[in-house]
Amino acid sequence: MPEASSGSRFSRPAIVLAGLGLLAAASVVAFMTLGARGSWSFVLSFRGQRLLALILVAYAIAVSTVLFQTVTNNRILTPSIMGFDALYVLVQTSVVFFLGAHMLVLADPYTRFLTEVALMAGFAWVLFRWLFLGEERSLYLLILIGIVFGIFFRSLSAFMQRVLDPNAFQVLQDALFASFQNVDTTLLWMSFALVAAVTLVLWRIAHSFDVLALGRPQAISLGVDYPKTVMTILTMVAVLVAVSTALVGPITFFGLLVASLARALLGTGLHRHVLPAAVLLGIVALVGGQTVLERVFSFNTALSIIVEFLGGLVFIFLIVRGAAR
Amino acid sequence: MITAKSVSKSYGDALVVDDVTITLPARGITSIIGPNGAGKSTLLSMMARLVGMDAGHVTIDGLDVVTTPSEALARRLAILRQDNHMTARLTVHDLVTFGRYPYSRGRPTEEDAVHVARALDYLGLTDLSGRFLDELSGGQRQRAFVAMVLCQDTDYVLLDEPLNNLDMKHAASMMRLWRDACRDFGKTVVIVLHDINFASWYSDHIVAMRQGRICRQGTPDEIIRTDALRDIYDMQIDVREIGGRRVCLFYE
Repeated sequence: MPEASSGSRFSRPAIVLAGLGLLAAASVVAFMTLGARGSWSFVLSFRGQRLLALILVAYAIAVSTVLFQTVTNNRILTPSIMGFDALYVLVQTSVVFFLGAHMLVLADPYTRFLTEVALMAGFAWVLFRWLFLGEERSLYLLILIGIVFGIFFRSLSAFMQRVLDPNAFQVLQDALFASFQNVDTTLLWMSFALVAAVTLVLWRIAHSFDVLALGRPQAISLGVDYPKTVMTILTMVAVLVAVSTALVGPITFFGLLVASLARALLGTGLHRHVLPAAVLLGIVALVGGQTVLERVFSFNTALSIIVEFLGGLVFIFLIVRGAAR
Repeated sequence: MITAKSVSKSYGDALVVDDVTITLPARGITSIIGPNGAGKSTLLSMMARLVGMDAGHVTIDGLDVVTTPSEALARRLAILRQDNHMTARLTVHDLVTFGRYPYSRGRPTEEDAVHVARALDYLGLTDLSGRFLDELSGGQRQRAFVAMVLCQDTDYVLLDEPLNNLDMKHAASMMRLWRDACRDFGKTVVIVLHDINFASWYSDHIVAMRQGRICRQGTPDEIIRTDALRDIYDMQIDVREIGGRRVCLFYE
């Protein structure tokens, strides 16, 4: 590949990736060691679990957002803006509502989690198939549909939660109460396995990502099996979002933040650069951000708020600048 | 050879392509002309497998476009549409390299690099190959897409209204370019055109559509005539011969 900027020995993507890699490594080290007191084996295993969860979330959200934007050929929509994590909450609520709270308590958490992920992937499959496989739709229409779906899913969940008996509601709330501070680590290994499986599937079709970014007509012209590839990617995106939402709860604008920042830093849209950069940025933001908040400012509540705030700003900026083309 | 057999397509209640059977000749430029809503672009899109058909089938060199793996078709048939709004930021070189995707599946070989360099050279883009597409003028960007299509090294190229948004200079050079590509590489180029003078000047063969059907086809001499054009466009069009070519005057 020719250098876009002549004169420098390393290309801009290489420098950006190396810098982000260093930052991410520093964040991880700081997260594991800063302010550690007492037995190292305890500290490392305790923090290690949270670290793994944060990295999984960063990875899942970054990859799902970048690929979702590639497939839908836009820079503004993300799975969460399309009301996707609201769908996860709806699935959880429906399980309690229709099957009873004992399903959440008694059922093996792994089976439960897998069922929920499968349900969600199924829903997403139907939804996306309808939205993205037919004729091309206006981006504004899609944003509107996404917002309407989000509200619909949330309202439906809220309605069912109101009707639930208080005990069942308590159980449900407990299941839904995940955040960056309170990572649901019971599902950690299952999530890890799922993310690894998704990565394997995506790896095998990774060669088509850049071509898909050229848009549907050009991708088909170049011989991509469009419906099959797109549905595979969207299904994998659904699984990734399910995993991340299960671990830390819904976060709306984080994916948009890391995907947009990655592209802005790199200056190119090639996936072999954008995907790792977005993941590393995600790790820096989550692991580094959490460390700074916990150790430097020693208050424990605000990472999601800060991330949402910054991501929201990026969202508004992108819309105003007209990247919606 | 591109053959369509009893192809139909409707959107809702509107029948856009109505039982079209046609064989497009191999080699040279074939233009598809006709009034708005005649089904030209839809027919082209069905040939390019971008749009499914309700009935009938299309074959390219005997390969059915619906059942043949997309990958195999991509080595015979390329499509270029006009509305190439892309969200990804790419260099000219990156874009042209995608033309080799049907062969290399994203891992360009030495041979692919030769094809890319040749296509860049053919379109005079070698000096711009490191530039990003959003840094180019409209005409240059158009040439970059053409380079990608040439790089795809297909016998057939389908172009949907390639002259939209181009000024006269770029439109004329685009048509010359495809005419030269047909001559140099023995390609078959099928173009949906609105401007009948471009069709008259550059085509080897013209297919005229009207209300979802093929109403006439033949050489420019057979189609660019006042009586034929009246059938197609419902309009009195004065045809003059200038330097052995037919030019239409439809301005009042």
